[in-house]
Amino acid sequence: MAIVFQKTKGLTDKETHYCPGCTHGIIHRLTAEVLEELNVLGDTIGVAPVGCSVLAYDYFNCDVQQAAHGRAPAVATGIKRVQPDKVVFTYQGDGDLASIGTAEIVHAAHRGEKITTIFVNNAIYGMTGGQMAPTTLIGQKATTSPYGRTAEHAGMPLRVCEMLATIEGSVFVERVSVDTPANVRKAKKAIMKAFQCQIEGRGFSIVEVLSTCPVNWGMTPVDSITWLQNNMIPYYPLGNFRKPEEDK
Amino acid sequence: MGKVLMKGNEAIGAAAIKAGCRFFFGYPITPQNELPEYMSRELPKNEGVFLQAESEVSAINMVYGAAASGARVMTSSSSPGIALKQEGITYIAAAELPCVIVNIVRGGPGLGGIQPAQSDYYQATRGGGNGDYKLLVYAPANLQELVDLTQDAFDAADYYRTPVMIVGDGMIGQMMEPIEFKEHISRFALSEKDWATTGTKGQREPNIINTLFLDPAKLEELNFRLQDKYKLIKSNEARYEAFNMENAQIVLVAYGTTSRIVKNVITDLKDQGINVGLIRPITLWPFPEKAFDNIPSTCKALMSVEMSFGQMIDDVKIASNGRLPVHFYGRSGGMIPSPDDIIEKVKEVIGGAK
Ligand SMILES: Cc1ncc(C[n+]2csc(CCOP(=O)(O)OP(=O)(O)O)c2C)c(N)n1
Ligand code: SF4
Repeated sequence: MAIVFQKTKGLTDKETHYCPGCTHGIIHRLTAEVLEELNVLGDTIGVAPVGCSVLAYDYFNCDVQQAAHGRAPAVATGIKRVQPDKVVFTYQGDGDLASIGTAEIVHAAHRGEKITTIFVNNAIYGMTGGQMAPTTLIGQKATTSPYGRTAEHAGMPLRVCEMLATIEGSVFVERVSVDTPANVRKAKKAIMKAFQCQIEGRGFSIVEVLSTCPVNWGMTPVDSITWLQNNMIPYYPLGNFRKPEEDK
Repeated sequence: MGKVLMKGNEAIGAAAIKAGCRFFFGYPITPQNELPEYMSRELPKNEGVFLQAESEVSAINMVYGAAASGARVMTSSSSPGIALKQEGITYIAAAELPCVIVNIVRGGPGLGGIQPAQSDYYQATRGGGNGDYKLLVYAPANLQELVDLTQDAFDAADYYRTPVMIVGDGMIGQMMEPIEFKEHISRFALSEKDWATTGTKGQREPNIINTLFLDPAKLEELNFRLQDKYKLIKSNEARYEAFNMENAQIVLVAYGTTSRIVKNVITDLKDQGINVGLIRPITLWPFPEKAFDNIPSTCKALMSVEMSFGQMIDDVKIASNGRLPVHFYGRSGGMIPSPDDIIEKVKEVIGGAK
């Protein structure tokens, strides 16, 4: 019998703790599949963030270090400088990367650090119970923006890809979404490309994945996907913001 | 090997490289800049990497990543920078990673000043970061001791899998003294770092470097393990120098630069017929409590002499445990205690102690 679908070797057998309908799981799987397909699992060191995906160290089937909140790119820098021929990636949420860890991500990109970042943007702080993030949309309610975010009070939501694409050390910057099967396939392609850029020694690569948080958004998983499509994608346009010269 | 004349900050770098340190992550701050500058010059010649981080926060987290990759790694800074590193230091302690952290202390609080100080004693010995952790803390008083302890620090860090801190000050960092670099032989039997994240190669289960334990019983397990380790360090690593203790009427306690001044005080007072002893902690943690069991019966008082406003005095009181009155003389960063001022204070105390 031909096998048409099976578990990737890139993930362990541990059951994940993610809430039903949370797209962290899909993003884990895509990352793991790419590492398996590139045949680099045994040469990869991942860095887990502080956030809902902190337990990623239990799920990815490779060596993993858990980093302090926002510091994953600095930790990854330490790893990569010691082991330049290993594949090093960080997996970070938007509170982790776009708030407390802005210095670390900007300077990892600025140095052209040869690491890959999987950036999960769910427009909220998931793990701590749904507080406002720099990526929370205007009008969006969060536990610390109970009347909805306003630009006057909290500024406009931060577009990380657009910002990082201005930095010369970034070689691959793309925003994707996992809201439809077609977009899931595109997301995987981008993740693949990002890791390839690292393996080819080109510089810093990041894939921002728009993701849902049904629990803290207070919606069903299906409604969450629709909300993401109607609200997140218009503000956070999907697409590539930077890629190596010859791919242009 | 002959002696060489070197500046303290550069001597730390030279000793570290001799001890096998190949990675350095830092951020500029006076008065320790000669050390990262030296490393930026010398590490590339030794197949190593020097990287100037965007902040001390990042530098210490790079140290975390490098240490967990199995490397011998170091960072250095001065007081405000070490304050920023505290987050990383508690993570490194919790993850049981070896590294060496140098603090060339300057006066505080706040931005303070750039002159020598000892006001980071609490920060070094009480844990500036969160949780129940300790650092092994060396406080050299001269450059030979500085290089010897720097080399030893890497071995101790690897052996105990713990961050080791070297505390100096601008005086130690900036002055020049002749030093001999001895052949580096570890006093520990060190084993392979089979816990490091170096890639599974498909040959073993993943190695995980982690400090999160949501299950309180698991967290306590880590803490019990750490406490056992600290107990071991306490019984093996406490070091001190006892100087002129015989017939001492008073024993001064001072470390680092201040202990050098106290030694001059002791000579001056001897000429005046007053016998003063010195206990010089070489490790600030573990504090050399045993030194206080051997104080001669002639001694009527202790006095902590610091370039801070009474930090080490707490440990002097704990160590002497009520056996003797404990006095204090201290000055602020840069206001280096003068021998005359210390002499006056000693006379005041022993006058009262008679
Ligand atoms: C220094 C520090 N500050 C705050 C926290 C609390 N904290 C844990 S997770 C988190 C937010 C994570 O949100 P995000 O990065 O968006 O990831 P998500 O949980 O949404 O996947 C915060 C603030 C912490 N652990 N450490
Ligand atoms: S809280 Fe939100 S981000 Fe976290 S696991 Fe649940 S749904 Fe996912």
